[in-house]
Amino acid sequence: MPKTIIEKIWEQHVVRQTAGEPDLLYIDLHLVHEVTSPQAFEGLRLSNRTVRRPDLTLATVDHNVPTTDRRLPNPDPLSAQQIETLRQNTKDFGIPLWDIFDLRSGIVHIISPEEGLTQPGMTIVCGDSHTSTHGALGALAFGIGTSEVEHVLATQTLPQMPPKTMSVEVTGKLGPGVTAKDVVLAIINKIGVDGGVGHVIEYRGDVIRDLSIEGRMTVCNMTIEGGARAGLVAPDEKTIEYLKGRPYAPQGEDWDKAVEAWKSLVTDEGAKFDTYVTLKGEEIAPFVTWGTTPAQSVPVTASVPRPEDAVSAAAKETAERALVYMDLQAGTPITKVSIDRVFIGSCTNGRIEDLRAAANVVKGKHVASTVRAMVVPGSGLVKQQAEKEGLDQVFKDAGFEWREPGCSMCLGMNPDILLPGERAASTSNRNFEGRQGAGGRTHLVSPEMAAAAAVEGHFVDIRGYK
Amino acid sequence: MRAIKTVKGNAIPLNRADVDTDQIMPKQFLKRIERSGYGPFAFFDWKKDPTFVTNNPAYAGAPIMLAQQNFGCGSSREHAVWGLEDMGITAVIAPSFADIFRNNCSKVGLLTIQLPQEDVDYLMSRAEELPGGNIVIDVAAQTVSVEGTAWSRHFDIDPFVKHRTLNGLDDIGLTLQHADDISKFEEGRPSLKPDTSRAFTDSLKIG
Ligand code: SF4
Repeated sequence: MPKTIIEKIWEQHVVRQTAGEPDLLYIDLHLVHEVTSPQAFEGLRLSNRTVRRPDLTLATVDHNVPTTDRRLPNPDPLSAQQIETLRQNTKDFGIPLWDIFDLRSGIVHIISPEEGLTQPGMTIVCGDSHTSTHGALGALAFGIGTSEVEHVLATQTLPQMPPKTMSVEVTGKLGPGVTAKDVVLAIINKIGVDGGVGHVIEYRGDVIRDLSIEGRMTVCNMTIEGGARAGLVAPDEKTIEYLKGRPYAPQGEDWDKAVEAWKSLVTDEGAKFDTYVTLKGEEIAPFVTWGTTPAQSVPVTASVPRPEDAVSAAAKETAERALVYMDLQAGTPITKVSIDRVFIGSCTNGRIEDLRAAANVVKGKHVASTVRAMVVPGSGLVKQQAEKEGLDQVFKDAGFEWREPGCSMCLGMNPDILLPGERAASTSNRNFEGRQGAGGRTHLVSPEMAAAAAVEGHFVDIRGYK
Repeated sequence: MRAIKTVKGNAIPLNRADVDTDQIMPKQFLKRIERSGYGPFAFFDWKKDPTFVTNNPAYAGAPIMLAQQNFGCGSSREHAVWGLEDMGITAVIAPSFADIFRNNCSKVGLLTIQLPQEDVDYLMSRAEELPGGNIVIDVAAQTVSVEGTAWSRHFDIDPFVKHRTLNGLDDIGLTLQHADDISKFEEGRPSLKPDTSRAFTDSLKIG
């Protein structure tokens, strides 16, 4: 019977299958960070359990770390305690940790692909919903809660019900200035924030094939914003090219064997998905969110929509609440919305290609006098590469702050936050109320759009922007 | 986890859709390393509004929360579930839930009950009208009913989750009963898959 890539990976990882119970799924890689793990380790201690496979586990610190000089003491004692707790836990349970002074530390979803740990056909979990990012390399990767973190630590497995499958096909070609971020915002706009609930998505079509691996990471990253736990792209020549020579990728003879296995990871001709969604690449414009869910977005050429035009009474009410929170008037052209802050970074858009794209826009220009803008590279290696290419200087000359890597203002667990009422153009993934700081207002955009907004002080259409 | 057989009491009508876990448990409280004591922080920002529903003393101690579609979307933080649990909530009733949230609830021992929109709307309007009266949830029978009336609805629950919920079974303990299956699977695992043990020794220090 023809199968989807999702079913193939699933079947390769089933440890035990019994009627009336979830499948027991083997986990190839478990990524751990400081925020969602302390109670899991505590649980292990309380029940006298050990970590089954420390050699399939890797820890790092990202959510809480300050993005200022690492040699200075952490300004937040609670954050410091949480980081210290992870150090102690990884030591006690024998798990490797890439700590803040390791060049390879950074946002957990950036560092694992970067080192070649994320590979096609793997099952990957992490106590973080954006684990879906790893799907860009053809892995089945999803976020889990702390109880599940404990479960994986203890057993290297997870009981899971087989998901429904969804094909999201983006056909044709993207216009100039339209990026992976716009593709995923368009998808979420179309399916809604709960359109993917219960599903794993395979992203397909020429537009997805044409994206770089990093672009695919941006798309897979925001899968959870459409309600699906995981989204992936079948491996192809680009995937293989990306992985070749990375430190944790197979080497020598193993490499050839691995490549052969990866090539079989495609959806068979005639395989059926439970749900189909199609978008045309040509119709996607640069998107800007105007509300407090990632589905509340419009093309940059449009205006803030009128709640009366919403599809349902519930959507109307949600839109009305969002406009109040965002302090926006329906009918205002998006390009007339001015901003106070710009954040370029996060696991959505904190990779080297994102920084190159943004630097390209700001080169020779200056951030508007009304705007405070910052760039936070996604990892130590991204930062190092950017500095090699002189991007840090481009940003600094343009008036951006150039920070140390981490999650930073994506969720503001460190001092990088929006003040109440401040409005930001952000390359991150969530525009929920207070996400980037209590009372802060977030508009999600691509790195290029964020960079141009920083210079102009308001949103501009990056197409035709010089 | 705790066993739940029945839940009886009034319900907090949180009449909003797409309630995300950033709202249920804002980030500043994720810095705690404890497992308990999250109740006072649940809906921290929304609670600043004195008219927010959880501030109404009529709902104090209610074991049920009513909400609209896609409840618990966004971040995977289980702290959101711990917050609801610590507030005294044992069941949430909504037209739909986000996947990770629902999963987290099933591990902690918090019922997520999905009912059709019209039934949620009915319960919501009853709960908004004070006194709302008692809702009774019977896990074994898979019913939600309104005490003193004939109104009763069936709800679906995964049979395995039902079994664990009724008996308060620890998921990890159950899986460890199959340790042999896991070992057997590990023997057959392709040796090409990456392992992280090298990460102990190959550190790359910053300049
Ligand atoms: S960058 Fe943002 S979304 Fe990504 S892992 Fe960090 S906090 Fe989560």
